Amino acid sequence: MAYRVVVVGGGAAGMQTAIELKSRGVEPIIVERDIELGGKARGWHKLFPTFTPAADVIRPLAQRVKDMHIRCFYGQEVTQIAHDGVTLRSEERIPADAVVVATGFTLFDAHRKQEYGYGLYDNVVTSVDLERMMIGGKVTLADGSEPKRIAILHCVGSRDEKVGQKHCSKVCCITGVKQAIELKEMYPTADVFNFYMDIRMFGAGYEELYREAQERYNVHFVRGRISEAAETIEKRIQIKAEDTLTGRPLRMTVDMLVLLVGMSANYDNPQLAASAGLTLAPNGYFKARDSFLGVVHSEREGIFFAGTATAPKSLADTLAEASLTASAVDAYLKNKFNVK
Amino acid sequence: MRNIVFGYGISRPRAIDMDNNDLRKSGDIIAEMPELQACIGCGSCTASCTAGRLTDFNFRKLHTAVRRGEYKGVYAELSKCMLCGKCRLVCPRGINTRGLVMLIKRKLGDF
Repeated sequence: MAYRVVVVGGGAAGMQTAIELKSRGVEPIIVERDIELGGKARGWHKLFPTFTPAADVIRPLAQRVKDMHIRCFYGQEVTQIAHDGVTLRSEERIPADAVVVATGFTLFDAHRKQEYGYGLYDNVVTSVDLERMMIGGKVTLADGSEPKRIAILHCVGSRDEKVGQKHCSKVCCITGVKQAIELKEMYPTADVFNFYMDIRMFGAGYEELYREAQERYNVHFVRGRISEAAETIEKRIQIKAEDTLTGRPLRMTVDMLVLLVGMSANYDNPQLAASAGLTLAPNGYFKARDSFLGVVHSEREGIFFAGTATAPKSLADTLAEASLTASAVDAYLKNKFNVK
Repeated sequence: MRNIVFGYGISRPRAIDMDNNDLRKSGDIIAEMPELQACIGCGSCTASCTAGRLTDFNFRKLHTAVRRGEYKGVYAELSKCMLCGKCRLVCPRGINTRGLVMLIKRKLGDF
């Protein structure tokens, strides 16, 4: 009989972990809160730094889950986690030999940064809204016209103590560069300004893409955080910032303001952690056992992590880590049941 | 009319006004030398600057201001540069900074 592992979450991390577990002869069960697999990446158009369509990554994974006959529960929320199974909101219990927490993250709610006017002004959108527009094939202003001047603001809900988000969300800088290039390709005569605090290009090919945005696409980078946005009578957005590299305040009016929203820890992490006896990091994400040799291990035997449950990560990092999770779970099961 | 001094005056706004600044000239400069946009503001040019050792000449601030359409006084300020080229030797983005001094001066001759 195959050992059973419950994978909490059917996003990229959960799917990849389940696929790898199944190919190792383990019986994974995915419990997904949504009505289909794919997680946050389903709402994404193209991926940095290669402009690969997100669907080209997510769809094959979902297809493999289906082809491998991996059991999935949909529309089910896990409320309690233990090393020997999980409990659903319906109070149904799914027993297991190990559990993988692949619960991902929550997008920062841009409404909370009221000074940027998201939800108040028509032409203030988030990076997620922009992806949705790009999936729809056209990025326009609220009245359907083409934007001529666009500002992209980095670190909305990241590195910001005022909204309790002290951590860096890691992927927004490169997303801002990617979206700036996409906007310039769509509207070559438009001016795109990225307002940043620091530019963090940590991954392979990211710095190169940043430079391409600057030199080839003439994207303007202004080091300074926008302090506030206001709507003009023509529905344009007036913004204020300091151009810290010249040491002077800067004002300008743009047609569209894009807020690069960060990655927050899930709101139910404290509840899940308490049920399993796990601890959370100060930023609200699950704490891995060790930063080097135990990144997918929790502090409890039989409970493992995959993907952004432990920290903001790129999709590539998430997929790589999920394979590691499957290997760690497999090793744990073999050791526990003394399989030679 | 006699000047009456009330003990305070009216200051000009310091803000860079990107709505009313003439960005055509800066656009021309960037078009001729797109590598200028690759500046990451590290300050190596200013740190190694011979003129900056003796005066408040700050090349990083100057060319950033030019890119924002702020040209006033830039031409005169750039005359402090002795074209020694040390800044070009240290620029991590490979920007031809000495060439840039000449380019800005050429484009801003009338400012």
